[in-house]
Amino acid sequence: MKKLILTSAVVAALLAAWPHAQQPPPQPPPPSPPQQPSEIGVAIISEGGGAPRLAVPDFIALSPDAETQSIAKTIGQVLWDDLNFEREFSFIPRDVYTTIPRATSFEDVPFDRWRELNADGLIVGTVQKAGTAIKVEMRLYNVRTKQSAFSRQYDGTAANPRLFAHTISDEIHKSQRGLNGVARSKLTFDSDRDGERMSGTVQNRSIKEIYISDYDGANQRRVTVGKTLNIAPRWSPDGRSIAYTSYRRGGANIFISNIFQGTLDEVTRGDKVGENWLPAWSPDGTRVAFSSTRDGNPEIYVANRDGSNVRRITNHPSIDITPTWSPTGTQIAFTSDRTGTPQIYIVGADGLNLSKRSTDGYCDRPTWSPAPYNEIAYSSRSGPGFDIRVLDLATGVSSGLTNGEGTNESPAYSPNGRHIVFTSSRAGKVQVFTMARDGRNVRQITRTGNNEKPDWSR
Amino acid sequence: MNVARQLTAWIAVVSVAGAAACGGKKPPVARPMPPPPAAAPAAPAAPPRPPVPVAEPTIVPPEPVPDDAISSASLDDLNKNSPLKPVFYELDSSDLNAASQKVLDENAAVLKKYSTWAVTVEGHCDERGTAEYNLALGERRAIAARAYLVSLGIAADRMRTVSYGKEFPFDPGHDESAFAKNRRAHFVITAK
Repeated sequence: MKKLILTSAVVAALLAAWPHAQQPPPQPPPPSPPQQPSEIGVAIISEGGGAPRLAVPDFIALSPDAETQSIAKTIGQVLWDDLNFEREFSFIPRDVYTTIPRATSFEDVPFDRWRELNADGLIVGTVQKAGTAIKVEMRLYNVRTKQSAFSRQYDGTAANPRLFAHTISDEIHKSQRGLNGVARSKLTFDSDRDGERMSGTVQNRSIKEIYISDYDGANQRRVTVGKTLNIAPRWSPDGRSIAYTSYRRGGANIFISNIFQGTLDEVTRGDKVGENWLPAWSPDGTRVAFSSTRDGNPEIYVANRDGSNVRRITNHPSIDITPTWSPTGTQIAFTSDRTGTPQIYIVGADGLNLSKRSTDGYCDRPTWSPAPYNEIAYSSRSGPGFDIRVLDLATGVSSGLTNGEGTNESPAYSPNGRHIVFTSSRAGKVQVFTMARDGRNVRQITRTGNNEKPDWSR
Repeated sequence: MNVARQLTAWIAVVSVAGAAACGGKKPPVARPMPPPPAAAPAAPAAPPRPPVPVAEPTIVPPEPVPDDAISSASLDDLNKNSPLKPVFYELDSSDLNAASQKVLDENAAVLKKYSTWAVTVEGHCDERGTAEYNLALGERRAIAARAYLVSLGIAADRMRTVSYGKEFPFDPGHDESAFAKNRRAHFVITAK
């Protein structure tokens, strides 16, 4: 009798301790769906639900030279960072890897040692040099079955090892999690880091040029030359062009740099076009929305990307500025101060059905999330500065993503909607940062000069 | 005993779940598993895929823009000690107060005296507005100053407006005295 009660008490205690039976812990593992026997070996899963646990050691250099060794190390490290960025997997910390003997090929991988560390998946890669090119082979192993769940070979130039890692990361996210990763996407922003001065004026004005970078801040490079103010760049949906506002003609006009052709298009030309700012590409890339004073005060207009067929969308003596398109391209959100302070409005792309959507004191720079999310991120005045907030369009509820860490402005979504790039003064000058859509995982992208008004490519 | 066997099973699951939850530095975002992809048996004997080419297109540097500065030394000197004074505004506002109107009255007198001068009226803002809205607020400030001068009889086509929002602060400080200097309409003589 006593034995029975004791056992029941222990059972009850275990039930209470079992994660699935108690109050959810801060990161509750989701229940795993039932697995069919034929699917094992394709997706890496973890026992007991939760994110699969991966290890990503340095890739194996099959050629003995120093450059290949360095490339192999770089690919492993960048891949680890890329996979960590989406937080779809949990990781065995890298400092533990030194306790595992290094494999020298796919044939001598010490699976049992990795299993001891509770790895569910293991990424093993090899790098082989062939002149100035490299061949990379990657396998994602199910550590328990020792079967390869996903494998690929890649070839390309040795000059860009990070791109191999980014490609692998995107393909793993797609095949394993059904997720479009962002490892190959790019950022763009304006920067005064070159310290050049504007010509033709007396004042000592520091100009801004358009820069791009990898999503993780690598490979930052300038794409305009102008000795003038070039600001607020936006990637075209095909990732081949950047629209921005430039003062090279004296006032503000809209330009499009086709960066892989080295050509420049002027969208707003002529004498009577007023000032034109803040172009936003339609989702199909054929049109740009922008703000223009051509009819007297700033209104929202839409034109074809070559500048033809300009149509006026708003009609109010107030300021209407900084448009952003809905993912379907049928609506435009923008900022208007028609009630006295800047607020966010939505209007049909045909100019009909205008409605006010924000309720904070001062809201600006709306950016519409990509599908499947249906929300608008924006800058909201908060004390002496601004914070990034997100407005859920279905419920009308807005929530804060930053909370007074310096002043935070100009949000833009990543192409999968899971991250936001924005600017913040929390590190001193104004710098570009990224964060996850829940406000966590904040990362600093720029460090030199002032860097502002960023955008994220597809 | 049945209970003991169940207990053993629960202990096993708890320890696995516990171990799984303890790894990694950052807890992953909870997210339901996607539906398993369509089954393709892992067949080591399947013919290998051809290698995927890994490449990015190359960026072509743009044509350098010729420097078309109005390199008139006398204009620069004129603007350095300009008889046209800036007017200042309150936060978030483009209203001309009495002091501003007085300054514009004087500027109008100068422009009437030197009737061939052309000017650009620049609108500027302090850093406490957002970068984007400030582009338009600066424009509103420039237009307000220009409209007042037009009402005093200065020809509209002598005065162009440009807004720089908060992109070019006159005073890089972060206190109210700096902010007050930056909220302005600023006059630049562009032709004599």
